[in-house]
Amino acid sequence: MTQFPLLSALIWLPILSGVLVLMLKHQPTLAKQFSLWSSIGVFILSLGLYTGFDATTAQMQFVEQASWIAVFNIQYFLGVDGISMPLIILTTFTTVLAVWSAFDCIKDRIEQYMAAFLMMNGIMVAVFSALDAILFYVFWEALLIPMFLVIGQWGGVRRVYATIKFFLYTFLGSVFMLIAFLYMYHQVGSFSILDFQAMPLSYVAQLWIFLAFLVAFAVKIPMFPVHTWLPDAHVEAPTAGSVVLAAIMLKMGGYGFLRFSLPMTPDAANALDWLVIALSLIAIVYISMIALVQRDMKKLVAYSSIAHMGFVTLGMFLLYSILRNTGEIQGAIMGLEGAMIQMVSHGLISAAMFLAIGVMYDRMHTREISAYGGVVNSMPVFAVFVLIFAMANAGLPGTSGFVGEFMVILAAFKANFWIALAAATTLIFGAAYTLWMVKRVIFGDVTNHHVAEMNDLTRREFMIMLILAIAVIVLGFYPAPIMDVMHSSIEHLIEQAMTSKLP
Amino acid sequence: MDMMLQILAPEIALLIASMALLIGDAFWAKRYPALTFQLTLATLVVVMVIIIATFSWESLQLFNGAFIRDGVADVLKVAMIAMTLLAFIFARDYLLKRDIERGEYYVMGMISLLGMMVLASAYDMISLFMGLEIMSLSLYAMIAMQKDSVFAIESAMKYFVLGAMATGLLLYGMSLVYGNVGSLQFATIYQTLSATGVSLVVGLGLVFILVGLAFKFGAAPFHNWVPDVYHGSPTGITLFLAAAPKIAAFALMFRLLIEGLEVAVMQWQSILIILAVLSLVVGNVVAIAQTNLKRMLAYSTIAHMGFILLGFMTGNIEGYAAAMFYVVTYALMSIGGFGVIVALSRRGFEADNIRDLSGLGRRNPLLALIMLVLLLSMAGIPPFVGFYAKLVVLTQVVEAGFTSLAVFAVLMSVIGAYYYLRVIKVMYFDEPLENMVDAHFATASLRVGLVFVGTLVLLLGIMPGDLLSLFSMVMTY
Repeated sequence: MTQFPLLSALIWLPILSGVLVLMLKHQPTLAKQFSLWSSIGVFILSLGLYTGFDATTAQMQFVEQASWIAVFNIQYFLGVDGISMPLIILTTFTTVLAVWSAFDCIKDRIEQYMAAFLMMNGIMVAVFSALDAILFYVFWEALLIPMFLVIGQWGGVRRVYATIKFFLYTFLGSVFMLIAFLYMYHQVGSFSILDFQAMPLSYVAQLWIFLAFLVAFAVKIPMFPVHTWLPDAHVEAPTAGSVVLAAIMLKMGGYGFLRFSLPMTPDAANALDWLVIALSLIAIVYISMIALVQRDMKKLVAYSSIAHMGFVTLGMFLLYSILRNTGEIQGAIMGLEGAMIQMVSHGLISAAMFLAIGVMYDRMHTREISAYGGVVNSMPVFAVFVLIFAMANAGLPGTSGFVGEFMVILAAFKANFWIALAAATTLIFGAAYTLWMVKRVIFGDVTNHHVAEMNDLTRREFMIMLILAIAVIVLGFYPAPIMDVMHSSIEHLIEQAMTSKLP
Repeated sequence: MDMMLQILAPEIALLIASMALLIGDAFWAKRYPALTFQLTLATLVVVMVIIIATFSWESLQLFNGAFIRDGVADVLKVAMIAMTLLAFIFARDYLLKRDIERGEYYVMGMISLLGMMVLASAYDMISLFMGLEIMSLSLYAMIAMQKDSVFAIESAMKYFVLGAMATGLLLYGMSLVYGNVGSLQFATIYQTLSATGVSLVVGLGLVFILVGLAFKFGAAPFHNWVPDVYHGSPTGITLFLAAAPKIAAFALMFRLLIEGLEVAVMQWQSILIILAVLSLVVGNVVAIAQTNLKRMLAYSTIAHMGFILLGFMTGNIEGYAAAMFYVVTYALMSIGGFGVIVALSRRGFEADNIRDLSGLGRRNPLLALIMLVLLLSMAGIPPFVGFYAKLVVLTQVVEAGFTSLAVFAVLMSVIGAYYYLRVIKVMYFDEPLENMVDAHFATASLRVGLVFVGTLVLLLGIMPGDLLSLFSMVMTY
């Protein structure tokens, strides 16, 4: 086939431009402009995935396949379906914003900073499009290196603690996944993810593999009780680091469940779905309460991320109990699609929230809620945007935050009333912690004279906020473009997840 | 005669050249101080070319089967020579800065290399032992070369005494095997043992042999010399010590355990598992407590040896190939790591504390980047070659049915990642210490060499396929 290797281009162009940017050591302006335009170029290129995508099939598309390490039958095997394609576009989109947001706030070694984000862009696209387990693992791990350096070099006061914790947690989780891959390779003689999905596996093996995957993905998402690295990493990371971390890296865990756990170990997933559901509910209820008492804005948003990702995992693992109770496939589809929408929407909203906090931090150099108050007086335009994003974070209808949560809660009602009830508390808690923070930061009297001196958004910041606000609202009213592309893939996934793989 | 020349050409060439240089150096050392060094490099390149040009796929034997030349031997020899080349280039910088550069260093290094090459080709116990002794005695002398340094003398003594003891144990074990089997030749030992089975006496001999091997490898619990010797030796010699001799230790183990005593796999497998597990624990955990970079790298070596033993432990050909890939790539990373220390050090300042690297990311970005690549590779993070070394070993461990052992090994490497990250943290996240001089005085050849090593570690990490196929091909022949 002489098709243009679009996925390879999306992986290697950003990495290559990252290397180029590294060389622009003494021209910071050029480095910034080059990074921005190359990330925009990659984003536009990635839209080709959407326009060229055939939504009627669950087959892998834009496939590229070549032998890479012949001795172990490891392949350079790329492809996307309706699950990974939206996430790739989310990645390239977020990178543009992350790069652009760093223009003024990073002064030191900006070319290295930009290069790290460009390289992460390529690596993350590779994670979402790899169809060979080792290829996936290589990029999955390689992603840690630039993030480790970004948090460690440009982070806050406790950056070293946070970044080492981040690295070791994720590394610890993923080595189990590697052993699971090796075990399956030993059985089937190939590292192809599609072969892994098709191979029969005994029940005991499935249980172990499922647990190995669970550890790897739960750390990444993160799920209770392995979530503790996230608040630390978020608080210490520079703004763009938080954005990429929350918007995309967390999604890699959710993607892992859809690509690995459900199709590869369906019987174990069926048997252990209560575990994931329980952990998700703890994340939704308990972590939301923790979010309520945070004094640091970034920490609050970090905890709210964990709670929102709880919805993602909940939606993914509802399908077994729905089918056990009602046998209705529509409910299962709704749960999974809700989880996917929630991932994309959380990507946008959390990016927006962290960027908004970054805007304030650049002016005040503190993230303490108590240091603020009455920001609306000095930054009225900014306050409007914050309100939009806060509403979306709380799940207000008409914003993207509503769609995913609503679908998951509806699906939960089909599974079990009490699960649904617990999940629905998020509508209260989410509103409580988000709006309470907004009230304390944006409204009220100006108690700190520094707040009175804050300037409203610059044109660059305004544009970033505007783009995100439009995306959040459009997706809230009209999520169909995303739902349509993933429909066939989700149906196919449910079919895989329902088919027993016992030999 | 033709046959003999064809098989032995590399060793003969190396021996003649080292003798000639030993004598010649006495005459020209004053007038042309760099000549010995240059001729040494030329010799090594020539020997390497000879081996590659006459690369032997089938196994050719000589002297009634005392000497063998096969694919494994040739690959190992090329790797040893390459490591020695790099070691000489890196060490010269160090020796020059301290005015202890002498022709003897290179000559002894070449003789030690000769011992390693004999070891790689040994096919009976006598030639094996001969190779081992040629290698070790030169190493002891090399460490003691800096005769005004108390540490160097101490570590040479330590290495010598403990090494002699290990050699004694090894020899005793070999004599027990010989007494029972009645032959020194590996092929005969293999055949006899397959016919008669492994008797208790052979088993006892095997234990002694394994203790000797574990010492040469630096595997726990016979590891205590490693940190002291690595730390005490002048860095220019540590880097030689840490690379090629490890490949030689692999050759030693391969010839003795696999070619000679593979029948006793049931016996040595469990012992190797114990050694590997202990090495992984001791190496990774104790390394965390080190403040000295050389000691930390020494403990990390112990941990890496644990991985290599895991590859051996599987008892199948692919496992040996994996261990071979591991040892060669490890040697490359290790020589690079010590090379960076050499590049940072100067007279009166060894730069061997982790603290001495602080702010290197700002002071010398290139050097810091190379060190970053090497450390991440040692930690087993893709896309660097160290990841594939671990991957191939783990694949074979899982394949052999030891999944829980594989899980243990990866958990240990997570612990290991911590101390590598700590060095990276010092390089990139800490501010440079006061009165820290920029590291721009390394010789050009050292800088080029380090860039070469770093690039190779990255390139092999992106494209490890060919090397892996080569290794598994020579093993299966």
